[in-house]
Amino acid sequence: MSVLIFIDHADGHVKKASLEALTYGADLAKQLGVAAEGLLLGTVTEDLAALGKYGISKVNQVSNEALNNLDAQVYAKAIAEAATATGATVIVFSHNQTGKAVAARVSARLKAGLVAGAISLPDTSNGFVVKKTVFSGKAFANVNITSPIKIISLNPNSYKITAGEGAATVNQLSITPDAAKVKVTAVNKVSGEVPLTEAEIVVSGGRGLKGPENWGILEDLGHALHAAMACSRPVADAHWRPHHEHVGQTGVQVAPNLYIAVGISGAIQHLAGVNRSKVIVVINKDPEAPFFKAADYGIVGDAFEILPKLTEEIKKIKG
Amino acid sequence: MKILVCVSKTPDTTSKIAFKDGNAKFDDAGVQWIINPYDEWYALVRAIELKEKNASITLHMVTVGGADAEPIIRKALALGGDEAIRINADSNDSFYIASQIAAVAKDGGYDLVFTGKETIDYNGSSIGGMVAELLDAPYVSLATKFELNGTTATVTREIEGGEEVNEVALPAVVSCQKGVAEQRIPNMRGIMAARTKPLKVVEPVAVDALTSVVSFELPPAKAGVKLVPADNVAELVRLLHEEAKVI
Ligand SMILES: Cc1cc2nc3c(=O)[nH]c(=O)nc-3n(C[C@H](O)[C@H](O)[C@H](O)COP(=O)(O)OP(=O)(O)OC[C@H]3O[C@@H](n4cnc5c(N)ncnc54)[C@H](O)[C@@H]3O)c2cc1C
Repeated sequence: MSVLIFIDHADGHVKKASLEALTYGADLAKQLGVAAEGLLLGTVTEDLAALGKYGISKVNQVSNEALNNLDAQVYAKAIAEAATATGATVIVFSHNQTGKAVAARVSARLKAGLVAGAISLPDTSNGFVVKKTVFSGKAFANVNITSPIKIISLNPNSYKITAGEGAATVNQLSITPDAAKVKVTAVNKVSGEVPLTEAEIVVSGGRGLKGPENWGILEDLGHALHAAMACSRPVADAHWRPHHEHVGQTGVQVAPNLYIAVGISGAIQHLAGVNRSKVIVVINKDPEAPFFKAADYGIVGDAFEILPKLTEEIKKIKG
Repeated sequence: MKILVCVSKTPDTTSKIAFKDGNAKFDDAGVQWIINPYDEWYALVRAIELKEKNASITLHMVTVGGADAEPIIRKALALGGDEAIRINADSNDSFYIASQIAAVAKDGGYDLVFTGKETIDYNGSSIGGMVAELLDAPYVSLATKFELNGTTATVTREIEGGEEVNEVALPAVVSCQKGVAEQRIPNMRGIMAARTKPLKVVEPVAVDALTSVVSFELPPAKAGVKLVPADNVAELVRLLHEEAKVI
């Protein structure tokens, strides 16, 4: 019996979303009174034993460089084999891009019920009930997993990473992955930017900024805060900003600590993608803008005047 | 070449979200139903575009749902495609739904199965992956571009902070999102044609659900916005720093 936490990585490093999953999985193992173990497919440059500080006792690795590229089919088979080999009764993923590709496959393979998009630890007082977001963040569902093996995929930014002391043992698993049917032919990363779904702070612009030429003052604010950039749908549709910045019900869903919305009216479809943010700040010249109803802090005023001042004040405290 | 597109019925994006029967069920009173936007705008439209380029492609769509899902399927057929299949079952267990779709997909011998990246009501992003596993086929999720080249496809998919280009052997399952295609509006000819396109109803295969929804809840209401005057931006920064402690 154990909780097995899938450790996702890129460019030789464990992803932040997986550190959340590790902390979550370790806390869950404590709740269930079982061991917490990690599983890493492929190779990383960092020291795997150090992952023990997130509360796991062992890291299982299938150290095969072919696994540094994702083929969901190959991954799912290897993860299912590892789960069986380690006697896992719960498997935890991050509900990030990799988790979305793989967790469902493992679920079907092992006939293990999956709750995708979990936001907190399960209630095990009566069954195994996991809370997840539904209706694009407008509500939650409490879902009972009824199968013997259970899979949880944890929404990024919904569980606080805690690091303590401790080292994990590293255990090599002798699993031979299948040949990949998916070949990676190119990777295009926007360099130097904070990935939107991993960001603690998101700065977002809407049609109120009038045109792409005005984004400089918003980017200045973003840089001052080390924030990721986002935008409303019409802004991406008009190609003022790239598609991957579009947040909302039909775009990316984010849950940062701080979401700053500038010149965005706050349509219900936009709110659906951002309303799990811990703190929302709205800057809009229209006091009647619906976004103010969903905000924690707001300024009614002209973005073009406020943004430079805001950046300046933030630089002061960031020193 | 045969393509199967999975479509699902979801509440309109402006629907008021409320629950009934002691928070056990979604309250659909007055709710308008639409085709899940990811299924319609991206998966279905891309499949239609592929068929427009290559008339030998057969395009079917499949939904798991009761008879009340039929208006949605007719709307999907009005956009294009040859035939729709409704699997007569109602469930919100992803594995149950995926097993139904996989059974139809196996029978039909499809080369390509498209889904939307997720439904906007249940947000599982699970059906594509499960169907792929049940078909023992490769799966590329969160596609932002899709091109067919004979027996393989070139798919661009979202990764953290960027995109990755994949070459995948068919048959394959692909989940689609923004970028794959542009939303279309059905025209009168399409709507007329849809009335006579076949809509087959098949009974579900026996599968045990692996999960069940116990209850729903709404997020706690916000306390209300604290407004800071426009000429005192420093005060906002102080509040974010000292009160909210987010910067
Ligand atoms: C099915 C469906 C799905 C959708 N999905 C999404 C989605 O995922 N994400 C999304 O964002 N939208 C989505 N939309 C669109 C959504 O309904 C809104 O149309 C959109 O969010 C509005 O974008 P906006 O706030 O940037 O623009 P607008 O609504 O035009 O608002 C601009 C705002 O800027 C303010 N403003 C103007 N000038 C200034 C200034 N100088 N200083 C400060 N403020 C100023 C105005 O007061 C106004 O409030 C969807 C719509 C549909 C029908």
